[in-house]
Amino acid sequence: MATPATVPAPQRAPKGWKLPWWVEPTATVVALGSFGLYSIWEVFFHTTGRFGNYLSPFFSPDVTAWGIHVIPAVWVVWVPLLFRASCYYYRKEYYRGFFADPAACARPERSRVYRGETRFPLSLNNLHRFMLYLAIVVILFLWDDTVRAFIFPNGFGVGLGSLIMLGNVILLSYYTFSCHAFRHLVGGGLDCFTCRARAVTRYGLWSRVSAWNSHHGQWAWISMFGVWATDVYIRLLISGVLHDPRLI
Amino acid sequence: MAQPQTMDQAAAPEAGAQQATDMTLSVFRGDATAGEEREYRVPVGPGMVVLDAVHWLQANVDSTIACRWNCKAARCGSCSADINGHPGLMCKTRLDDFVGQVVHVRPMRTFPIIKDLVTDVSWNYKVAKQIQPFTPAQPAPFVMYQRDVDRGQEFRRCIECFLCQNVCHVLREHSGMDRYFGPRFMIKIAELEMHPMDTADRVDLLAGGGGLGFCNITKCCQEVCPEHIHITDNAIIPLKERTADRYWDPIRRLFRRRRTG
Amino acid sequence: METGMDSIERFEYDVLVLGAGGAGLRAAIGAAQDGVRVAVICKSLLGKAHTVMAEGGVAAAMGNVDPADGWQTHFYDTMRSGHFINNYRTAEIFAKEAPDRVFELESWGALFDRTPEGKIMQRPFGAHTFRRLCHVGDRTGLELIRTLQYKGIHCGIDIFQEVTTTRLLKDGERVAGAIGYERESGRFLLWRAKAVVLATGGWGKVYKVTSNSWESTGDGAAIAYRADAELQDMEMVQFHPTGMVWPPGVRGILVTEGVRGEGGILVNAEGRRFMQDYDPKRMELSSRDVVARSIHKEVQAGRGTPHGGAWLDITHRGAEFIRRKLPNMYDQFLHLADIDITKTKFEVAPTIHYTMGGVRADPETCATNVPGLFAAGEVACGLHGANRLGGNSLSDLLVFGRRAGEAAREYAMGLTVLPGVDDGEVRLEQERVLRPFAVEAGENPYQLHAELQQVMGEHAGIARDGASLQAGLDKIMALQERAGRIGVSGSRMYNPGWHTALDVGNMLLLCEAIFRGALAREESRGAQWRTDHPDELEDFGRINFVEYRDGDTMRLKTYPVSPMPPELAALFASDVAPGLATAPAVGPAAGGRE
Repeated sequence: MATPATVPAPQRAPKGWKLPWWVEPTATVVALGSFGLYSIWEVFFHTTGRFGNYLSPFFSPDVTAWGIHVIPAVWVVWVPLLFRASCYYYRKEYYRGFFADPAACARPERSRVYRGETRFPLSLNNLHRFMLYLAIVVILFLWDDTVRAFIFPNGFGVGLGSLIMLGNVILLSYYTFSCHAFRHLVGGGLDCFTCRARAVTRYGLWSRVSAWNSHHGQWAWISMFGVWATDVYIRLLISGVLHDPRLI
Repeated sequence: MAQPQTMDQAAAPEAGAQQATDMTLSVFRGDATAGEEREYRVPVGPGMVVLDAVHWLQANVDSTIACRWNCKAARCGSCSADINGHPGLMCKTRLDDFVGQVVHVRPMRTFPIIKDLVTDVSWNYKVAKQIQPFTPAQPAPFVMYQRDVDRGQEFRRCIECFLCQNVCHVLREHSGMDRYFGPRFMIKIAELEMHPMDTADRVDLLAGGGGLGFCNITKCCQEVCPEHIHITDNAIIPLKERTADRYWDPIRRLFRRRRTG
Repeated sequence: METGMDSIERFEYDVLVLGAGGAGLRAAIGAAQDGVRVAVICKSLLGKAHTVMAEGGVAAAMGNVDPADGWQTHFYDTMRSGHFINNYRTAEIFAKEAPDRVFELESWGALFDRTPEGKIMQRPFGAHTFRRLCHVGDRTGLELIRTLQYKGIHCGIDIFQEVTTTRLLKDGERVAGAIGYERESGRFLLWRAKAVVLATGGWGKVYKVTSNSWESTGDGAAIAYRADAELQDMEMVQFHPTGMVWPPGVRGILVTEGVRGEGGILVNAEGRRFMQDYDPKRMELSSRDVVARSIHKEVQAGRGTPHGGAWLDITHRGAEFIRRKLPNMYDQFLHLADIDITKTKFEVAPTIHYTMGGVRADPETCATNVPGLFAAGEVACGLHGANRLGGNSLSDLLVFGRRAGEAAREYAMGLTVLPGVDDGEVRLEQERVLRPFAVEAGENPYQLHAELQQVMGEHAGIARDGASLQAGLDKIMALQERAGRIGVSGSRMYNPGWHTALDVGNMLLLCEAIFRGALAREESRGAQWRTDHPDELEDFGRINFVEYRDGDTMRLKTYPVSPMPPELAALFASDVAPGLATAPAVGPAAGGRE
């Protein structure tokens, strides 16, 4: 017999600790719910998000500069809000977390009429691409804000706030340009990536966006917390609780 | 006498193995009319999977336990079941993942039970017939590049285990079989739609009888797929976008009309 | 206990295809034209047949990668590997038609891996002179069956799923249909048909360590034999050199030859690349019989791995390459054996893979000696001789599946009336099939299956000798006795014990044929390695052994191997494969010959 009894069996890699099914939907509800409540407080109870050359993403573009002073953030936040609400990733999270449809895989559901996304209002999620177009416009404004965040009254400079805003806009860009609708737009809609000269370039773009897209969920969460953190930081500067350290 | 040593060992594979421990397997026994789980003790050796345990029961305890299987290597997709509440292949689910627990093995919940672990999956074959087959403009050989077949090849990894159909809540919880083809056939349609040589159009089918709108992209199909196909991200969502091109995008429609008109 | 002798559902078809693997589906597609009514019987669900297990590729000399390749070279390789007891005409047709059959798959939606020029990619494989295997990673069989399945369901073919055929019915000499039962309900079904195509695959399940799936119990060969068809070359059973070894539950599961095709090397416990001692030219890519024997000899010499095999190592190709080209292998080892093949070598040992023998079939039409009965795929015999080349079985399915289907259609169109069915014969068969239910405290079918596998492993393994073979045959005959007393419990509804009881009867019959052939062939040739007759003998190279039924007794006779015409024989005059003389050596498998 060639088998010595002492040879051990291949060691099973320890299986990852499995969370109970309700953890994920609950976490979603807590995170999205508290962000929502914070947003309502931020949007409806503040008239400005500006601190010097910093501008909170909740208030960008700065409509007060265009003469609109009635709850200025409302004119702005509906774009990112609807972009995220119709986002393929957030849809998964809120259908699971808020609608329990399903709360987790293979969990029993309440019996009731289910129409998925075939009827109003959920069918409007099909308009996601238009929210993407608008979100790209907002991203352009945010980049503009970010550049300004490095220009202080005495010239170029770097404050902690500048870096926070830079980080935020990078995360938001990753989130926006890893969008499923964007992936479709740049090349996913093609059946052949070689059949026309331009298709080859679009293949390159599509591959890049596909790579980002596979982490779309992560970008969604990180960028949301990024916005939150940026806003909190600037709010604290405005209220005088914090002092912005100048690094350069 | 020269005897093949390799064969020799195989005849008694447990001989060189470590000592077996016992585990409790709770298997659904019954048919379309009634049934319940029944508990069995099974000796467990290294590397044993749930299907090994069921086979052991058939050979040693009760030869009437019904279960489908073919290859026992996760290639054929026959031995799908709900194992401790999770849809999976019995041949790929290791018993040592459940040490200290009772392993509950039940038939797939979405499909009607025939007997024990065997369910009636014939609905899937009826759906398959409703999808227009591959329709090339000219016969092969084709000139196609790897980048053009990559997407289709991912979908063609499907082993038709129907675990995605089983876990899909539209079919499982809402009996949506009259409205929605299910994830398996979404990737089938995606494969055909993204084939560079295909000339047929299945977008209207998707928006209509295919029931793409019933999917709310909660991704359980993608989570259970034993072939790790990105069902939602690479097939269903791109198909939703293609449907949106046609039904939800007036700007694009305007462009298309101008181009063709 | 249920009897239900009265209930039997009857159907009428022109062509009845038994088996829904690659050959069966291709035959059905070929038959279903001109309004011919076709039915396919599958033992399991549609698309689950053993064809899905094929990994490496489809061999077809289309010369996409090595332009010097051509049908002559493919023919040459096939005959050489088969040690010249294959039917030359079968091999010739095969080599000529294989490329068209692959293109046909592409027309039906198959997506093969591509070359940079956008053609079908071809990979090197054991004992193929050129890079010849069209493939899709390591799941080519799945691609093939899925393509045929989705083509087939739109061809107007009736498909009976999870139905087992137990007997061919005859009207005099001629085939008249078949009888079987629905596994789900145990209900009997009867198909009257003008022609029957056997495409039921092999019988690898007669061995314990096998890469074969549950279905490979050889039902088709057994029922054909009972209907007086001739079984040929039954002693030729292929050991695939590389099956999984550890843990015990996965022992025998196939490790594709693609691992070696993509550069994997075999080393023994001492770290030596031992194939240089057995076949220094072709190394790991030698023919399967040679590699399997080499591993066996290493183990015998005490240079085996801890669980009695050899190490296979592909880590040098890099993780990304391995995951792209061999995704299933990567996954299979990770999940079932906790081994990451991109990081570490792994153990392999020979496993039963293919049965070269089977129902003797005509090269042109796949007709058997029973009028109206055609055979294609693994159940048929003629193409592979003493050893099958990797990748040849998938193209075999396509080439001869189509030929069998079309010949059956033409045969059926030539008959004006359906052959008659004898109700007495039907009743007898129903009684036979239900007999295990009537036996109280009978033999356990699973026990008998385990015992027959034990006998085959012990007496009909890689190395065989006369005395051991005789002892094995005696044991099989004793098991056949006991099989008459198999008893099962429960109802007829999806009863695995009952299904196994019937399978065991078929398997025992084929075991007997294997032993009889192996005893008669007193030489070593291809897969048959007789330690008491270690040489390949010219006399035996001129004959095929054939088993046939004489009442209840199995008899053996020989047929001469038909000699090649001069223009084909000329290909073997030089020691160099056709195409090689004009082309420089290409690919790792180049320059190969035995």
